[in-house]
Amino acid sequence: MLTKRIIACLDVDGGRVVKGTQFLDLRDAGNPAELALAHSAAGADEIVLLDITATSDNRKTLLETVRDTAKHLFIPFTVGGGVRNLQDAAAIFEAGADKITINSAAIADPSLISNIARRFGSQAVIVAIDVKRSAAGFEAWVCGGRVPTGRDATKWAHEAEDRGAGEILLTSMDRDGTKQGFDCELTKAVSRSVGIPVIASGGAGNPQHFVEVFQDGAADAALAASIFHFGLSSIAELKQQLLASGIPVRPAC
Amino acid sequence: MTIAIVDYNAGNLASVKKAFDYLGAKALVTGDPEEVRRADKIVLPGVGNFAATRMLADSGMRDRIAEKIKAGVPFLGICLGMQWMLASSTEDPDVAGLGIWPERCGRFTAEVKSPHVGWNNLQIREAASRLMRGVPSQCFVYFTHSYRVPVLAATVAECEYGGTFSAAVEQDNLFGVQFHPEKSGEMGLKILSNFCEC
Repeated sequence: MLTKRIIACLDVDGGRVVKGTQFLDLRDAGNPAELALAHSAAGADEIVLLDITATSDNRKTLLETVRDTAKHLFIPFTVGGGVRNLQDAAAIFEAGADKITINSAAIADPSLISNIARRFGSQAVIVAIDVKRSAAGFEAWVCGGRVPTGRDATKWAHEAEDRGAGEILLTSMDRDGTKQGFDCELTKAVSRSVGIPVIASGGAGNPQHFVEVFQDGAADAALAASIFHFGLSSIAELKQQLLASGIPVRPAC
Repeated sequence: MTIAIVDYNAGNLASVKKAFDYLGAKALVTGDPEEVRRADKIVLPGVGNFAATRMLADSGMRDRIAEKIKAGVPFLGICLGMQWMLASSTEDPDVAGLGIWPERCGRFTAEVKSPHVGWNNLQIREAASRLMRGVPSQCFVYFTHSYRVPVLAATVAECEYGGTFSAAVEQDNLFGVQFHPEKSGEMGLKILSNFCEC
């Protein structure tokens, strides 16, 4: 039976893992390669590394970080942040990533999704959508959550699928870092509007939040960062609780 | 012993190479049929569209691989590489596979999300499989694909997602896995290590 995935996310800045609250207030959480291996050993199903500042000067640092992290990691490894074109994506794959996430660049030029999918396969392309609730509904934001697009997240997810995205990484900006739980309503709305897997992100604070996003949010995978880095909940413990709640997960080794 | 990892522009082969490096096997990524001719084992990875395999025929790689297989050289197809071992795929009906088995690959039914992405468990069907030696039934491995190989006489492990399909096949010196052993943690490395010993 296909299991629900638990994805550990490393937000990196200048080669170090950091984590903020609602995209701000960063705390240092360690070395990316070491943390990735520790999460893998603890039972994480995948690792996502997001370059949260993504300025052009730290691209070289990012590629070195990707190379170091990928070296001994034998579970799926995704890298995102600042991918602007096919060349950026190719460099990240070459450094050892299996998938990339694209966000702002895909909104600016949606053909980028199909261009990367044609060269590297749809399974390698995750379209990341950062969402903030507004009077109009679920609005997609870009540029690290600084710029609203006026676009409806469910429609954009659907278009991304049509253009060849293999998965959607859906982050609730309202919940990011708050530990108040995932936005299940948002996750369900997007998951039901596409035929590709949806990864829920933003707001994980305890194991029950994961149970809710799989049961009520129709998520295929759930991603979290600080809950794992600061030892608030171990992945093995989380998976036990999910299994006890009847949610199929790969048992931690 | 040299393992040739065949590069035909169908995705990223770095992770397959990395896994063999980790196991201490000598592996090279190549698109040159001459290098494949000299290899002791052949791995054909690949993701993406079945049409990408057309390049194998155009470059002369297909003939070279067929000769090596006939000479008894161990061959492992991963994901699209395993699908290519069949006659064809409904993804691109005009593109011929290697045709080791006459069956055709088909798409997942509409009742399940596609691609099939994530960790799913194996049902080992053939306990004597050399590729799956030491791999327990119900073990989880990582899949990502939209088309699947039906259950064949050569199927040694099955998987369940919108019906049963072939997760691993094996016949003499021919091996195929639909999942990604290079992304399936310890068990995946065990399977690649088994292939190195085949």
